[in-house]
Amino acid sequence: MEIKESPRLFATIFLRGKSFECKTGMTLRDSLIKLEINPETVLATRRGEMITDEEILKEGDVIKLIAVISGG
Amino acid sequence: MRQHKLALCKDHYLEWVPEQVERAIQKYHMFSHEDRILVAVSGGKDSLSLWDILWRLGYSVDGLYIGLGIGESSAEGLGYSDESERMARQFAEKHALNLHTVSIPQVYGESIPAIAERTHRGREKPCSVCGLTKRHVMNRIAREGGYQVLVTGHNLDDEAAILFSNTMNWIPGYLVRQGPVLEANRAGMVRKVKPLCRMYEREMAAYALLRGIEYVYEECPFVEGSNTIYYKEILNKLEFDRPGSKINFYLTYLQAKENGLFAPLADTELELLHNCPSCGQATTAPGECAFCRMMAKGKKP
Repeated sequence: MEIKESPRLFATIFLRGKSFECKTGMTLRDSLIKLEINPETVLATRRGEMITDEEILKEGDVIKLIAVISGG
Repeated sequence: MRQHKLALCKDHYLEWVPEQVERAIQKYHMFSHEDRILVAVSGGKDSLSLWDILWRLGYSVDGLYIGLGIGESSAEGLGYSDESERMARQFAEKHALNLHTVSIPQVYGESIPAIAERTHRGREKPCSVCGLTKRHVMNRIAREGGYQVLVTGHNLDDEAAILFSNTMNWIPGYLVRQGPVLEANRAGMVRKVKPLCRMYEREMAAYALLRGIEYVYEECPFVEGSNTIYYKEILNKLEFDRPGSKINFYLTYLQAKENGLFAPLADTELELLHNCPSCGQATTAPGECAFCRMMAKGKKP
């Protein structure tokens, strides 16, 4: 019997080596807030391209966050 | 960009950032196209982006990298300082720009953490030694090289965090002195300016990313738990609730200062400035400057 891979119902967000699974259909900003990550402190990329906070997360999205705050 | 109520595509964003920086340069009379400029580069996003912007704006600008000797390189990878230097060199080579490098361990015989350990300066962290050494070396190289102005990559978040700290601790001298331009009001001092003072840290990271500038992502290993990070977190909470809070805090402070609300008398150090008999740089301390005293401390005559 052929086993079909079920579609991923979550988007995955990576920050500093940690991964978080998020519901799809929400904006990135709302997802970050839910994860208690201040959107002011990160930038997000998907497939190497920068995306805005208002991007709606889709199934299977892999979002890499870049921390932007440095010690100075 | 909620703080500006503005959304831009990549191309327009990469035009907008240099325009904003140029505006700050003009507004605060930082320097002109006739000046020779030295930019201090750490290998991080702000200083490398600043060098890129000044180069794109047509300014005559060389770089200065100071190797601090932090983190050891091994077969698994470069240490923090070596990786930072690699980024600075890579940027300079790519754009055919002139980069001065000063290795603290080579010139002074010790790394920054080793100096901190020897002199017992700072509380278990070498940050105050690092700051003092960098200021000394930056000024020295700028003087020796005949540069009219020394440029640093301090962004709005850096400035707002410093201002917040100085306000929380009511340090009048620092409150009077802080600003986009620190004049060279004594022989031995070079004019220092901060062209990114109105640019959000997040805006600079976006600029580096969109311009394809490779920078060191890793943080200095000593930064964890620093006051600057703590104050930045607080200010970013404010910014999240009230977009524009950080820029408003900084710009209203500058306006208040311009309106004379901070008495110059509060800056008592200015009166005390004299030249260090050893290195010739300006200092408020009697006799030798803090750097020369630090370097002599605990060393056999």
